[in-house]
Amino acid sequence: MEIFKNTNYDFLGKTTPFLALSALLTVAGLASLVMKGGPKYGIDFRGGTVTYVRFANDPDEDRIRKALSANIQGEVTVQPIVGANEVMIGTELKSEKELDQARQKMLETLDATFHPGAAKPDFHRMGVDRFVETLRDPLQKASVALSGEDLRKLAGEVLDYRNTPPRSGLVRSFDELSAVPGVTPAIINVMKQEMSLAPFVVRNFELVGPKIGEELRWQALKATLLALAGMLIYIGFRFEWVYGIAAVIAVFHDTIITIGLFSIFNKEISLTVLAALLTLVGYSMNDTIVVFDRIRENLKLLRKEKFSDLVNLSINQTLSRTVLTSGLTFLTVVALWLFGGQVLNGFSFALVVGILVGTYSSIFIASPILIYWAERVEANKRSPVAVAPAVKDNKRDAPRGASPRKTKAAK
Amino acid sequence: MNSNLRAKGLVILGVILLCAYFIFGIPKSKDEIVANFRENIKLGLDLRGGSHLVVQIQIQDAFKSEADTVMERLKEAMAKSGISFGSMDRNDPQSLAEADSIAITVKGVPLDKTGPFRTIVTEQFPQWNITALNSSDYQMGLKTSEALALRKDTVERAIQTIDKRINGLGLTESTVQQRGRSDGEAEVMIQMPGVDDPARVKQILSTAAVLEIGEVRDGPFPSLDAALGRFNGVLPLNSKLVQSTSRAGEPGESYYVLARTPVVTGRDIRNARASRDEFGKWETDFTLSQDAAKRFGDFTERNVGNRLAIVLDNRVRSAPTIQSRIDDNGRITGASSEQEAADLSLVLRAGSLPAGLTYLQETTVGPSLGADSIRQGFIAGLAGLIAVVVIMLIYYKASGINATLALVLNAVILIAALGYFGAVLTLPGIAGVILTIGMAVDSNVLIFERIREELRTGKAIPAAIDSGFGRAFLTIIDTHVTTIVSCAILFLFGSGPVKGFAITLVIGLLANLFTATFVSRTMFEWQVARNPRMESLSI
Repeated sequence: MEIFKNTNYDFLGKTTPFLALSALLTVAGLASLVMKGGPKYGIDFRGGTVTYVRFANDPDEDRIRKALSANIQGEVTVQPIVGANEVMIGTELKSEKELDQARQKMLETLDATFHPGAAKPDFHRMGVDRFVETLRDPLQKASVALSGEDLRKLAGEVLDYRNTPPRSGLVRSFDELSAVPGVTPAIINVMKQEMSLAPFVVRNFELVGPKIGEELRWQALKATLLALAGMLIYIGFRFEWVYGIAAVIAVFHDTIITIGLFSIFNKEISLTVLAALLTLVGYSMNDTIVVFDRIRENLKLLRKEKFSDLVNLSINQTLSRTVLTSGLTFLTVVALWLFGGQVLNGFSFALVVGILVGTYSSIFIASPILIYWAERVEANKRSPVAVAPAVKDNKRDAPRGASPRKTKAAK
Repeated sequence: MNSNLRAKGLVILGVILLCAYFIFGIPKSKDEIVANFRENIKLGLDLRGGSHLVVQIQIQDAFKSEADTVMERLKEAMAKSGISFGSMDRNDPQSLAEADSIAITVKGVPLDKTGPFRTIVTEQFPQWNITALNSSDYQMGLKTSEALALRKDTVERAIQTIDKRINGLGLTESTVQQRGRSDGEAEVMIQMPGVDDPARVKQILSTAAVLEIGEVRDGPFPSLDAALGRFNGVLPLNSKLVQSTSRAGEPGESYYVLARTPVVTGRDIRNARASRDEFGKWETDFTLSQDAAKRFGDFTERNVGNRLAIVLDNRVRSAPTIQSRIDDNGRITGASSEQEAADLSLVLRAGSLPAGLTYLQETTVGPSLGADSIRQGFIAGLAGLIAVVVIMLIYYKASGINATLALVLNAVILIAALGYFGAVLTLPGIAGVILTIGMAVDSNVLIFERIREELRTGKAIPAAIDSGFGRAFLTIIDTHVTTIVSCAILFLFGSGPVKGFAITLVIGLLANLFTATFVSRTMFEWQVARNPRMESLSI
């Protein structure tokens, strides 16, 4: 099957609407960024706490917010997670001194609000050790014969059962546990006597001190910029400087648009999203290089062709692969977005956006830059300006760099 | 079949076997396959659950306690030489940065004792500088080299203690390491995959576990004022006021006046364990080292009928009356559960922390969330892979099989390499895997499109395959090397998760260079060799 066979679309003749779209997206994103005072960082970059709490019943967000605001300083955000009785609670941390108590405070407040007056230990918070210890003596008293080893094994199985979906950490009644092999009604009775069941469970807790957050932010920015510089140098070495610059501008364009969209949709930029941004940088770069590579090859074959026509031809020649590759990768990422769950949501959103923008930028951003540059060089050549010959020399170097002999050496 | 092709086939087979070995080991039974797989392929904290902590060692604590010890010894030495003084104090540095500014101020040293006082300081406390504030007042500061040594020593001891405590919990996979950054010498990163009770671990880590056993001079008093009132507001020489822990059934808080220097401390403990007393209540029993046992024996013999205080983290835990000589054992009562008693024995065995800890960062992923993430990631990955394979098969027909096999082998090599290097798979690592799969698909598409183009120009099938691979190879090298270059930089300058992304991606790309250009090509060549006169290539 073939979709694009010897196509000859005039991509570069119609750049204006696309450039306008890019400009619009960039400006909208930047405007949103400026209005909201910079990107909305996740707590890993900002400092603060994030707690994912799953409730037995549909959680009352207002009640959670009120209870927490009364006990915890700064802004408290409570965001529901769609499709689960779960909320994401974010709090701020202003000083390093609050760090030690932050977790305790959060738990105490939740306990006081949703699980008041429980003297017995909460089953949802137990690890194997605590489970074994809580039950060992009472089981003996209830004359349930279980050796220490068997009890540990049983504990492991009960907790595994509790942790696997659809329970995902939360059981509504101890009777549910009778599904675990080895759990007898007598054991369940002892559990009912000795343990309590809070109507919620903390599934994830993250805390980042403000200082570390700032440091991580800087480190991530530095690493990304340096990585871009590295790519620029490599492409400059393999092709020509202007190719490197065009590729990096295209990648920059993609990143800015994605970050802008994150700002517009009020999504947080966390470390995981950063990984996705890096992925999209790699992806967009890959896409651009494929087109550039074809241009380089055609430069050798079709010396008489006008440069802009040659670029357009190269885009057409690689169109089939561009559409197929992007389409397939896009499918993978959409699958991740749909099925990947809450933790991967921001991550996959960045990739979905990134692949669309990354594919488009190779054609409509990176390539026009090359043409613009070539036309300027051409114009300079006619008017006597000193820079032109140097650039031309460079160009003659490039195809030589692509000869198979040299590539083998590089390998 | 020519020998060249056979050699290539053997190389591929070798790689597959090697990968299988890295992933599954050499299993002897079905169960072992699964067990080895779990053993070799480690999941990161974010996928399997666990805790990641970054703590800062409050080095100034160690500086303060060093100054306290020096002050005690200096007072003794001055008393011995008959030098009086007005007051002796130290400042109270509040943060890590201020630790070096620790200073002891001695005021009111008589003029005629200036010489002997200076001699004591320079001879007995060579680690300290002394400067005269005026004719009778002096300030002592820690020398720069000594301060540096104390910092280093404190960090090392703290890390050792943390390590011992974590190991004592049986968290064998955990790691404790110093965090490298410009001013981060006092930061420690603790990773504990699979820990199921993070609150308990934090509790154990933050217990200072400074144990002191010493003489009770007076008390208990119901309040601070009552205690001070007994001595008209001034405590007797060499004694200190310590609050007791309040326990159920006893009056809230009380205060004891204790001898300032304890008879034995936590450093003298040889072993400790949880046990039950005669009423079945949990307690922690400890035994002392030989040297300390002798000291303790002498002390208890001299003080039969008096009381003795067991002080933990600056709180009196109990103050029993000495009935007879005690040599080498003691107990700390009042644990509310076995776990509490066991945890206390653990921290006593591991030793006390030389300085307090402050939490800078914590990530705790509950085991249920980890399980959900794995399941969802797996479903998503599978759905994506199936979609890719189906489309490849439709679009490239029989050649799609080549691509699929190359893709699967790529994934296998990636997993095997992760197993071999002992790398853990994390969420950012999965991002790397996704990009790898994307680029692997891309390589195949590039090659196939190229072969199609060559066929269109009328080349024979073997020649078309040959030049298709040859041409696409150049592009593939460029895209891969560019990404590897950026990964190298990310690895050098990035932090933990970014590094994970970079490593996975580099491994994946190298594997892809092999599978897309070598394995896939060998498969094509094999097809051609089997049927040299083939009319059309299914592509």
